[in-house]
Amino acid sequence: MPETVEDIEFRLLLEAVLRKYHYDFRGYSIASLRRRLRQARERLGCRTFSQLQDCVLHDSSVFPTLLSYLTVQVSELFRDPAYFRAVREQVVPYLRTYPSLKVWVAGCSTGEEVYSLAILFREEGVEDRTMIYGTDINPEALRKAEAGVYDLDRIPLFTENHRKSGGKSSLSDYYTAAYGGAVFDKSLRRRAVFSDHSLAADEVFAEVQFVSCRNVLIYFDRELQNRAIGLFHDSLSHKGFLGLGARESLRFTEHAESFEEFDREERIYRKRGDR
Amino acid sequence: MTRPQLEAVAVGASAGALEALSVVLPALPPDFPLPILVVVHLPPDRKSLMAGLLGDRCRLSVREAEDKEPAEPGTVYLAPPDYHLMVEPDRRLSLSGEEPVLFSRPSIDVLFETAAETYGPGLAGVILSGANSDGARGLRAIMNAGGVGMVQRPDTALAQTMPTSALAACPKALALDLAEIAAALRDMVESR
Ligand SMILES: C[S@@+](CC[C@H](N)C(=O)[O-])C[C@H]1O[C@@H](n2cnc3c(N)ncnc32)[C@H](O)[C@@H]1O
Repeated sequence: MPETVEDIEFRLLLEAVLRKYHYDFRGYSIASLRRRLRQARERLGCRTFSQLQDCVLHDSSVFPTLLSYLTVQVSELFRDPAYFRAVREQVVPYLRTYPSLKVWVAGCSTGEEVYSLAILFREEGVEDRTMIYGTDINPEALRKAEAGVYDLDRIPLFTENHRKSGGKSSLSDYYTAAYGGAVFDKSLRRRAVFSDHSLAADEVFAEVQFVSCRNVLIYFDRELQNRAIGLFHDSLSHKGFLGLGARESLRFTEHAESFEEFDREERIYRKRGDR
Repeated sequence: MTRPQLEAVAVGASAGALEALSVVLPALPPDFPLPILVVVHLPPDRKSLMAGLLGDRCRLSVREAEDKEPAEPGTVYLAPPDYHLMVEPDRRLSLSGEEPVLFSRPSIDVLFETAAETYGPGLAGVILSGANSDGARGLRAIMNAGGVGMVQRPDTALAQTMPTSALAACPKALALDLAEIAAALRDMVESR
């Protein structure tokens, strides 16, 4: 299809967001980003992407709203329980052998994945030697992750997921109900750090033994996927583990050869020793 | 009047999907020269049996779509449970976990609208049996872009709401029974 006026405006809008706010969305999957930007356009009462660009360039107070459309924030505690079961039963036995352990949860959104791993590591007795870095580009999501408060009506799903992941205790041991929310135990966060980091723009910040990056790469085009996986590769220690989302794989990326499939079904990879 | 060559087929179905797809897809030859992109509403469980069941009955290869894979001719790509399936401008398929649309993820509208933007007049959209109105908007987008719209004749569908809504939104769509839909798809690629 020939380039439409809307395509031109779409590109210019992303360029404006990069120049003024330093968020780089140029390498994201277009179909999904365009849909969400159209929703933002409607919500902000603009007729065209050019109008939306005008609005966001001249009024920084609308940027957080726009960012909430630019980034998809869907998450759950122990989302895809079979993944967490595989981490518990197959990855942790290796991680146990390290005297100290660093884990990077890239694109942690509102923190559910970090709390899931914190609970899992406690149950498996490796909490005390583990540091978890949760990173994301959405400051509002990071704030919620720090707070660790989730809607009470999500608890039945979380409890069911935790049980299916092979949970060794009751999820209710880890939160208290207050003011309509489930407040997760602050002690779970003792060994977790949340911070701003972009897989599109920033560099590696630590050596880790395990990277869990779930449901983030699908929003990237192949080039940006390659960049992100390159960061994971550089960050991982010798024979470190990489866990992806249920529908993500290294198959269409340039790093496929640098990892071996550790658990094919659960999309867990292991960095090859020889590179 | 000659119309532009078809480049892809998008199909949406819900209640009664397996029965309907089991008539349409096996009637297509193994060298059917277009990719066929399919959204069926299924429970969000990880594993769906749909690809296996259809694969056993078809001469085309049937599988769940992988993120960023190119859409190849002669292959049926099913949206995986709990993910939207979309078509990128470079014709690769992409998956997304964003909010359900009309309570559905995957959503037929989302596939149809993104595919219409990429393929324009080169797309055929097919709405089969289903008990909701997903797909009506998407089929309209396909037809507005110059593509072909086909709908299972409601009186032949196990669940009529989906075809009825699609026909209400797209009065110019062809209302056909399942055998006629398969025949029309074969004809449209043979005449090229
Ligand atoms: C769908 S959520 C995934 C949450 C969690 N990992 C899970 O699987 O449940 C995707 C997250 O990726 C974040 N994200 C998007 N672009 C990013 C980037 N360039 N760098 C880091 N995180 C990014 C979004 O802000 C969002 O929080």
